[in-house]
Amino acid sequence: MPLPPFQRFLDEQRDPVWRFLVASVGRDAADDCFQETFLAAMQAYPRLRHGEHLRAWVLTIAHRKAIDHHRARRRAAVPVGATPDVATVEPQVADEETWRRVRDLPPRQRGVLLLRYAGDLPHRDVAAALGCSEEASRQAAREGLRRLRHEIGERS
Amino acid sequence: MTIPPPVPPRDPQAAAAAAARFAAAAPADVRYAELDTPVGRVVAVMTRRGLVRLDYEDWFGGLDAVLEDTAEKLSPRILRGGAGLDPVARELDEYFEGRRRAFDIPIDWTLVPPFGRRVLQATAKIPYGEVATYGEVATRAGSPGGARATGNALGANPIPIIVPCHRVVRAGGVLGGYTGGVERKQRLLAVERGERALFG
Repeated sequence: MPLPPFQRFLDEQRDPVWRFLVASVGRDAADDCFQETFLAAMQAYPRLRHGEHLRAWVLTIAHRKAIDHHRARRRAAVPVGATPDVATVEPQVADEETWRRVRDLPPRQRGVLLLRYAGDLPHRDVAAALGCSEEASRQAAREGLRRLRHEIGERS
Repeated sequence: MTIPPPVPPRDPQAAAAAAARFAAAAPADVRYAELDTPVGRVVAVMTRRGLVRLDYEDWFGGLDAVLEDTAEKLSPRILRGGAGLDPVARELDEYFEGRRRAFDIPIDWTLVPPFGRRVLQATAKIPYGEVATYGEVATRAGSPGGARATGNALGANPIPIIVPCHRVVRAGGVLGGYTGGVERKQRLLAVERGERALFG
C-alpha cells in the first residue's frame, strides 16, 4: 500500500490516537500530546517507505510523547493528590480510575497495557513499539493486570 | 471498575477538533482545497512557492487521485485548507464573474519541464479574450515548427484556467483539444467574450 497523503493519515488515525492519549495522560493533557504526536509524525512521514502499520507507528510516537509528558510532570513535582485529573473526571469515573492506576504502574507494564488496550494493538506491535520481545510484552501485560486486580481488590 | 481497562469511549468530536487545530498550524509542504466553479469542481494545490496545480476533479479521476499523484511527485506532507488558498478561490470567482482579466496568484512551475515552461509562459502572455494558434505559441516559445510538441506541453499544463491554455487553438478556427474536455474550452472562451449568461 503506498503512503497516503498526510491529510488522509490524519483523518484515519486521529480517533485512535485521541483515545490512546486520553487513557495515557488524561483528558486535560491529551490535546498537547496530540499536537506533538502529529507534528513528529509529519516530520518523519516522508521517510516512510509504505503505508503499512501506520496505526502502530503513530501510536508508538504517541506513547513516547506521553512518556515525555509524565517526565515533565514529575519534574514539575506537583503533589500527587493535587493533580487536576482527579478533580475533573465525571463520566465513566470507574474506568477513568482504572486508567489512572495504569499510569502509576512501572513503565513496561504501563506501556503494554496502554498500547494493548487503549491502542488496541496486537502484542506483536506492542512489542515492536516498546523494543521488547512479544513474550516479554505478554508477560508484562499479565503482571500489570494482576497488580491492578490486587490494588483494586485491596481497596474494595 | 473493569479489568482489563476498557478502551476509552469514542469521542470523534474531540478528536476532530484536535485534528483541525493541528491542520491549521502544521508546517505542510502542500495544501489543497476543492473549489466549485462554473466549469466544474477543481482541486487547487499550493506549495510554499505558489499554485502548483489546478485539476479538474472529474477529469483527473477524483480528489484521492489528485492527492496521491501530488504525494508522489512533490511531497506526502499534504493538508487540507490554509489561508494561502483564499486568493485562488477569490480570483477564480472574479474571473468567472467577468471582473478579472489577469491572475495575480504566484505560480510554482516545479511540475513543468523546461520546454513546457517556455510554452506555458508564452501562453500566459496571450491577452484575455484573444486566441493564438499552436504554431504561433511554438514560435513565441522559441521553437518554430514545434507545434506538435507545443500541443503536448499545453495538454500537460498542470494549471489550466490560470495559465490560459484554452486560448490556444488550431489554425483555421478549429478549437483543438483541451485537458478537461473541449466543452470547457468553449465555456472559458465564452466567459472571456462576456457570455456569462450561458451558464449563470
